[in-house]
Amino acid sequence: MKILVCISNVPDTTTKVKFVDGDTKLDTNGIQWVINPWDELSLTRALELKDDASTGVKSVTVAHVGLATSEPTIRKALAIGADDAIRVNADPTDAYNVAAQIAEVVKKEQFDIIMCGIESSDFNSSAVGSMVAEFLGMPSVSAVSNLKIENGTAVITREIDGGKEIISVPAPFVAIVQKGIAKEPRIAAMRGIMMARTKAIKLYEPVAIDALTETAKFEMPAARAACKFVDAENPKQLIELLQAETKLI
Amino acid sequence: MSVLVYTENWDGKFKKSSFELVSYASKVAEMMGTSAVAVSIGNVDEAELKLLGNYGAQKVISVNQDNLKTLDSQAYTSAIASVAEKIGAKVIVVANNNSGKSIAPRLSVRLKAALGAGVSKLPISTSPFTVYKRAFSGGAYADVVLKTDVKVITLAQNSFDVIETANNAVIEKMDISVDAPKTQVKEVQKQSGKLLLTDAEIVVSGGRGMKSADNWAPIVELADLLGGATACSRPVSDEGWRPHDEHTGQTGKIIAPNLYFAVGISGATQHIAGVSSSKYIVAINNDKSAPIFEVAQYGIVGDAQKVLPQLVAAVKEIKGK
Repeated sequence: MKILVCISNVPDTTTKVKFVDGDTKLDTNGIQWVINPWDELSLTRALELKDDASTGVKSVTVAHVGLATSEPTIRKALAIGADDAIRVNADPTDAYNVAAQIAEVVKKEQFDIIMCGIESSDFNSSAVGSMVAEFLGMPSVSAVSNLKIENGTAVITREIDGGKEIISVPAPFVAIVQKGIAKEPRIAAMRGIMMARTKAIKLYEPVAIDALTETAKFEMPAARAACKFVDAENPKQLIELLQAETKLI
Repeated sequence: MSVLVYTENWDGKFKKSSFELVSYASKVAEMMGTSAVAVSIGNVDEAELKLLGNYGAQKVISVNQDNLKTLDSQAYTSAIASVAEKIGAKVIVVANNNSGKSIAPRLSVRLKAALGAGVSKLPISTSPFTVYKRAFSGGAYADVVLKTDVKVITLAQNSFDVIETANNAVIEKMDISVDAPKTQVKEVQKQSGKLLLTDAEIVVSGGRGMKSADNWAPIVELADLLGGATACSRPVSDEGWRPHDEHTGQTGKIIAPNLYFAVGISGATQHIAGVSSSKYIVAINNDKSAPIFEVAQYGIVGDAQKVLPQLVAAVKEIKGK
């Protein structure tokens, strides 16, 4: 069984973002780039499955759509433990375009399980995983908080409102994973970092597919009213203020 | 031409969020000079379907068949895409919740329709069709042009108010054939009767400043008194003081209640990312320089252990309990 983990290269989640070129582009100055947090958890789970011989998982590959500048992030995934990597050499324009590129990779390489994070921390569209599945005509399960392989079949836990569902799905399929899929992201050890240097990053040229959306400009969130402080000796005043001003209590 | 809105049901019933969605779709339809049509999948009775008319749906299409008994993203996509094609929908509106997220991107590919995901306002313009969406986990917003003739929008929860109108929706049962689902639901584990964190209008949330799991009683009591739900920050769920499904923040639940109490939460960027869309934020923290006060509208600098019981007493007094 072969697993593909799709990774996105995003600004470190503590970044205070700024924009340039008339607010049309992210100011990349000083930004630390990391593997999208959900993709990192998904890679961790894929590696846990491979570590367990009973699952029959033989390899974990990572795929990324991006320019050469994102190679350090791919190397990080290899250092954490992915066997090999594929980079589609294209500037990721929108989710539709990225998903189309990944679908092309899957058609050529054939994987049994494709894992994607539920969203990227930069565009928050929660789109790529489900789009890849639709391009390939594969089933997909979203909001996955656990993925096991029992007797060669995937058993998935899906989060639903106020509970969970246990789902079985035949391979190949796309699992769109969220919190819970792995406890903590696996961290690269020194040996992994050394080995990553020699692992292959296969380069694919992109297929010609137009993006369907275009970001006209970015805006900063609307400023919130300054905080009104209430004396800690008189908390009752807070409740009175909330009652009078918000009408919610 | 029309605007199609998919209204999910929970055991045959709609929620306030369904009505927000229909209200939104009706306003989008008005901007485009057309009308809104709702599509419901599953077993929902006529009286319940009729309710959608009160929020502007001119017509409600009901699709109910065995292959759609459980949420299979392929089967649901086929059903909604068929309805959209039959009625010539130009915009399809879906909730930005777990079900919506599993359907909308597939619809986008199926119909080659641009996707605007996590939209939190009416379109900025209809020509070019431009939507306003959350980006960088709430650190910014983006104006995104949807360039195709047909568009798919997912609406962020609690971002649009319900608008009631005097209107009588026509109910139409539609037969749509879809393939048998490839996913099989083996088991459902569900807590019933509990207010869901994502549905709650008031949320009381505790952080590391609460010091221990043993100190949670006043948080729960305050939430109960206010008819709200409880939440927590990531360190709290990591420590096992509270269950993981209460974790609110970037990698946990993203919520947008009307009133959010952050008690003993300093306000790390990742936590703010999960709550910044709340209408009002109230912060209680002993550190005056905690970043939570930058996003809060009301604050108390003080020891949560001392302040909380007094807040509980004040609410009891107001509510006459």
